[in-house]
Amino acid sequence: MDHSTFAAALLDPAAPMPEGMTDPQGRPAGKRFDVYRNNVTASLIDALQTGFPVLHKLLGDKSFRTLALMAARHDPPRSRQLSQYGASLPDLIARLPALGAYPYLPDIARLELAMRSAYHAADHDALQTDGLSPEALMDLTPCLAPSTRVVASPHPILSIWRRNTDPDAPAPQPGAEAVLIARPGFDPVPHLLPKGGVTFAEALTGHTPLSLALERAIDAAPGLDVAALLTVFLTSGALCLPQPEDQ
Amino acid sequence: MSTHMKSLALMGAVAAALGTVAATGANAQDMEKCYGVSLAGENSCAAGPGTTCAGTSTIDYQGNAWTLVPAGTCADVSLPGDRHGASEAALEADGYIGLARDLPEGLAADVLAQYRPTEMMDG
Repeated sequence: MDHSTFAAALLDPAAPMPEGMTDPQGRPAGKRFDVYRNNVTASLIDALQTGFPVLHKLLGDKSFRTLALMAARHDPPRSRQLSQYGASLPDLIARLPALGAYPYLPDIARLELAMRSAYHAADHDALQTDGLSPEALMDLTPCLAPSTRVVASPHPILSIWRRNTDPDAPAPQPGAEAVLIARPGFDPVPHLLPKGGVTFAEALTGHTPLSLALERAIDAAPGLDVAALLTVFLTSGALCLPQPEDQ
Repeated sequence: MSTHMKSLALMGAVAAALGTVAATGANAQDMEKCYGVSLAGENSCAAGPGTTCAGTSTIDYQGNAWTLVPAGTCADVSLPGDRHGASEAALEADGYIGLARDLPEGLAADVLAQYRPTEMMDG
């Protein structure tokens, strides 16, 4: 028996026990293998539940664990780091006819994944604007920090996420929402992006002056609130300055 | 700069944003880790599976679980009984990594020795 046969049998309950599995007395160890198979699957389901707390809340425990079982068998971890697990869950949800009535679920899962990857991203020194004139600010060429994420959805994903993490949050209203995730310190914080925010973020490569990024955002979303847009990016800690050797 | 950016209204909006940043600080609010104030299972952690922190506190106000709070407010978090939170900085200054109260049973003595005894002033 080779490693891949063993691994395949672990995730397929219909597969026969791999040949040559014995207990210390040399007897076939079918039940022991079953216990191990069960523990592996249960640990992956638990991992997904830990990684997608809002999705778990929205679906309820039973439905979530059914989904997680499918996900674990369909796409077992590719990385040794369990903290990275679950990246394919949004696409799996989107393909499931049974969840078609809840079209916002894949983007909720993407938002939760983005929050988690922001947590594990590299640290950065946030862009400081103290003492800068508006003209000097517009000449800067900031980059998005390694932990900064943007998730845009045709659904009110941030309102749904907030409603399910803070009981005092208002009920979500229909409409598209784009979310900026920034990590000013230890933990990622999601912010609602104003109109034009996604285009603005895409323009910030570390080589584009803020003035040009702002122009692109205005072209994409005429009438956007420039002060609100800049304030979100400058107060959230989402931006960094490229190091001289990067330029 | 293009004519777009030279517009007075636009630079006014940029100046307004800078003013907001100056008033609130670069990070909208500085946060600090506050020990001993989390409700069971609600300790902060966005790290996800395969890590040790997410939703792992099992006891209300567990002394070795933390929640992020606005900097400087940790000791003021109102809690039942005579409990007070302790910021990570305050604990570290005394060489501790948590509070020796509301802990799960069965912790080893060498672990307990790293938690600050409750008879010391909290804060």
